[in-house]
Amino acid sequence: MGTLLDVKNLNTRFYTQDGVVNAVNDVSFTLDEGETLAVVGESGSGKSVTMLSVMRLIASPPGRITSGEIMFDGRDLLKLDDDEIRQIRGNRIAMIFQDPMTSLNPVLTINQQISEVLQLHLGMDKAAAKRRAIELLEKVNIPEAARRVDDYPHQFSGGMRQRVMIAMMLAANPQLLIADEPTTALDVTISAQILDLVKRLKKEVGMAVIWITHDLGVVAGMADRVIVMYAGRIVEQAPVGELYASPRHPYALGLLKSIPRLDEIRKEKLEPIEGLPPDLINYPTGCPFAPRCPYAIQKCLEERPPLAPTTSTKHLSACWRWQDVKR
Amino acid sequence: MASQVSQPQAATSGAASSQDTLVSIRGLKKYFPITKGIIFQRHVGDIKAVDGLSFDIKKGETLGMVGESGCGKSTTGRAILQLHKPTAGEVLFRDNGQMVDLVKMKGEDLRKMRRRIQMIFQDPYASLNPRMTVGNIIAEPLEVHGILKGKAAQERVQELLQVVGLNPYFVNRYPHEFSGGQRQRIGVARALAVNPDFIVCDEPISALDVSIQAQVINLLEDLQAQFDLTYLFISHDLSAVRHISDRVAVMYLGWIVELADRDTMYRNPLHPYTKALLSAVPIPDPAIEAKRERIILTGDVPSPARPPAGCRFHTRCPIAQKGLCDVQVPEFRNVGNNHFVACHLVPDGAG
Repeated sequence: MGTLLDVKNLNTRFYTQDGVVNAVNDVSFTLDEGETLAVVGESGSGKSVTMLSVMRLIASPPGRITSGEIMFDGRDLLKLDDDEIRQIRGNRIAMIFQDPMTSLNPVLTINQQISEVLQLHLGMDKAAAKRRAIELLEKVNIPEAARRVDDYPHQFSGGMRQRVMIAMMLAANPQLLIADEPTTALDVTISAQILDLVKRLKKEVGMAVIWITHDLGVVAGMADRVIVMYAGRIVEQAPVGELYASPRHPYALGLLKSIPRLDEIRKEKLEPIEGLPPDLINYPTGCPFAPRCPYAIQKCLEERPPLAPTTSTKHLSACWRWQDVKR
Repeated sequence: MASQVSQPQAATSGAASSQDTLVSIRGLKKYFPITKGIIFQRHVGDIKAVDGLSFDIKKGETLGMVGESGCGKSTTGRAILQLHKPTAGEVLFRDNGQMVDLVKMKGEDLRKMRRRIQMIFQDPYASLNPRMTVGNIIAEPLEVHGILKGKAAQERVQELLQVVGLNPYFVNRYPHEFSGGQRQRIGVARALAVNPDFIVCDEPISALDVSIQAQVINLLEDLQAQFDLTYLFISHDLSAVRHISDRVAVMYLGWIVELADRDTMYRNPLHPYTKALLSAVPIPDPAIEAKRERIILTGDVPSPARPPAGCRFHTRCPIAQKGLCDVQVPEFRNVGNNHFVACHLVPDGAG
């Protein structure tokens, strides 16, 4: 399989009254065609900003992509003009968000919103677009699609709205879907429905998926590969099985140890990660996780570790002491 | 409107009321009226948020209450505290060896009982007054209940801050100067200030990041051991509930559909809704995830204004039987070993 997306040394800054926020720092990763990559991290870790940067959706001002390269299918997205990037957005790369209500237009029917994509990107006429919209709603399991296509977003439940968003995203047959916490606002039985749907569609359509989440359970069932982000930086990158079996960064290890599991055998005490993430304005010179890290040594406070291969070239960690980090 | 029967209860629901029962809920209902008209409001229906719950909470235990949005779990917590006046039912609370009904209490009597029952809220941002210092926030319940004043109150505040793992030096800071996890600690300190027996924790960790959630869960566990507290832990996070609870109640559309010991509930769930709910929770282990079979429920939760007739879950239930489940309301009954379930298709003795 070929490489679909190749991000190199991406840096995104926000220029605020309080100072410059270092939101994304030297982020590099690749994504193969048809692959599912999960991006894990807590609030403020830069996972959403990284993907919004890839889509060139950073509001400017206050934000700016200060350096880097985003190669998508052989072209650098950062070098495209506004018209060219618009051709790629929605058409080749689609995005779905956490809150489907705020990403749907409340005064347009579902038909108008899906048809817009079809008319704009595929040049369909109105009647053909509506027929296709109904087909798409059926594909995402919306009952009575032919009738409901003329409803407004408020007439749908949260899970149904997310299905509508997915139908809209599918309209243009994208090669890459970026899903930003699409199930976080949903109840667990509804979330299971959506995960099931995305897995099925991924097989049918053959698209690559970047799944942004803080839920390590969802990642375990969905992803081929995982990126763990902390303080705007990738701290670990590994195939999904390896990350869970033998994490090589203390932050990833800490996350795994701090969550209660449904299949918990014994009642053990949880091991939280003490302390708080660093201030992204006064960015620390050393490893950003060092102040909270049980493995930290003097070197960690002074010198920032690069993201480098560990046991294999596919398993990267940004830690001086990765060899000592064990589950 | 279809016949809407609230949930019938066996005589001894939950654990039988005994000496170790701290709170006993009997036939608790909370309906929110639906009205029409601008000046003259006509009562045209009810949202049956909680519809006939009976269960007991033992002294010193943590009862976990799980369910999806709109199932009535938060309303139950608030109705126990009389923050929502229940439409019907009793909320019995042990006071000097006697069970007193909070629903019948008013004014000063109720205020005195509130000292013993406190609440921790979901949103640590909205539940603290942004114009008060942390010291004043925590001291307020002490003054309201006339327990301590002035310097003595301030000393108690410093002590409480230490208990919840915050620096006593923070006493003059305002809520916005704290992170979400720290604010939740302030909320816990405020609840502890009056030495309560019973704390309703309403989604106390849902707004927090995963690494911070563990800090708050550990804090709640430590405090329970230290001060002999009883918790009603309301959450939609089934993994966290398994971790913290002694017994677990599962709610669906205003009913408790299953109630059992924690391990029994997670190892041997009997109600089809509990089974689906547990199978839907992802486990952070790719090897296990690859092998798991999920029960994917179809459709959404029906509206609590027009709950389905018969069993409320029958519209989504994979094993529902026509002519039985859509007609007859299942009794919430003990099927053995204090395993309570409201399902026609679970035989007696299955517990």
